[in-house]
Amino acid sequence: MSRNTIDYRPFELPLPPGRARALPWISVIAASAVTAILPVVASLALMPPLGLLLLLTWRLLARFALRPWAAAPLGLFDDLVSGQPLGSSVLLWSLCFIAIDLIEQRLVFRDFWQDWLIATGAIAFCLTVGRWIALPLGAHVDPVLLAQIVITVMLFPLAVRAVAWIDRRRGDAA
Amino acid sequence: MAPARDRRTGFSRRRQYSAFFGYVLAVAGAVVGAALLAASIFNPPAFSTARMAVASVTAPVASLLDSGTDAIASVPQAIGTWINVHGENAALRAELKRHDALLSKARVIAYDNRRLRGLLRVRDRTPEPVLTARLVASTASSGRRFALLNAGRVQGVTPGMPVLGPEGLVGRVLESGPIAARVLLITDPESLVPVRRTRDGLPAIAAGRGDGRVDIRSVGAANVRFAPGDMFVSSGIGGLYAPGVPVARVERAGSDSVVATPYAPPDAVDFVIVERPFMPMPPPLPPRAGPAVSPAAPAR
Repeated sequence: MSRNTIDYRPFELPLPPGRARALPWISVIAASAVTAILPVVASLALMPPLGLLLLLTWRLLARFALRPWAAAPLGLFDDLVSGQPLGSSVLLWSLCFIAIDLIEQRLVFRDFWQDWLIATGAIAFCLTVGRWIALPLGAHVDPVLLAQIVITVMLFPLAVRAVAWIDRRRGDAA
Repeated sequence: MAPARDRRTGFSRRRQYSAFFGYVLAVAGAVVGAALLAASIFNPPAFSTARMAVASVTAPVASLLDSGTDAIASVPQAIGTWINVHGENAALRAELKRHDALLSKARVIAYDNRRLRGLLRVRDRTPEPVLTARLVASTASSGRRFALLNAGRVQGVTPGMPVLGPEGLVGRVLESGPIAARVLLITDPESLVPVRRTRDGLPAIAAGRGDGRVDIRSVGAANVRFAPGDMFVSSGIGGLYAPGVPVARVERAGSDSVVATPYAPPDAVDFVIVERPFMPMPPPLPPRAGPAVSPAAPAR
């Protein structure tokens, strides 16, 4: 990725490999934790699941940044802070990773719009099934859920910019 | 994006095995997730220790951010009070709200008096507060409505304690960690609070809807009419919440099940009072010594 841009500081040392490999993990965990430390007692679940968003972005934009099995431990942390029953993100995020792998075998040349489409499907799947797991069917949360899905999908380009920025800082070490 | 041909691992056994086990682990992660999910659905408090351990780290950060936000939010508030009308308006509103609570309380007292006169003996207890704390964060991305309280077992908060705001009932403590606790708000879809109408003591259930309001459902009697403005207070049935705490007010007329607004909307509450359960669960029976001891033995 850094080969396509002008390198203004060619003699700067890249990050050590350990730290470069940890950065994607740290960014996803931090995004999950934002939900838990944001000082708002919300009446409605409108906050986008930032951990899921960053995880999908890392997977679609820089696929070797996270191991194929990284979704399960990252989902476990998200479950501990998100309020969903423990195991729901572990399961859903792992299924997303497997599904993206299957798509990648068939759709080898992807552009940004197809990435966005894949992310849309994954976000809608995770949020809808997560609602179905966590809440009784009679709960009146479906319009809010739709709004939450739309907000999260609309944040994908921003997440791509953020991940691309972090990935450029990481360098080619990892 | 160019395709990544990482499945062609070449002749290196190490790369072949690591690629293979990567996918094995990915599928295993999904399987473990399904198992964890089944465990936590059938036994919801199963992983509360892990959750509360993480919450003990996030709660101090959240309370720091919370007080920071409060400080920033107080600047425009301070400017606003310079404008006389604004301050007067706020004072009048506060007074109205105070009187509202007083009125509902007075109605409850009148009803209680009427009822108690008919009874010979009533065990009555005044709920004692455990402490005052802050709601610092919530599960804003999940449909469940939990809030994080910045006090835990060290401060004496244990599961089952009711949580009250200045205007009314907020919820109850569901899990408690060392310095943080998770509060189930009354607007959560799984929350049920036994209530009664202040006017005539009609029993009902306040069930959370998940969208910041509660459903008032009548208990027992069929074809019950609810009028807009009907006030509901906790009834004390079940022994968890003390009777007479304001819970919700009916929005629109209806029968049997109507939508009501809580008196203490959780997004407007900052400080809350944690109380002891009104009638705590009786201590568990001592284990029997053996099959030889029969229940009829002391009667002889």
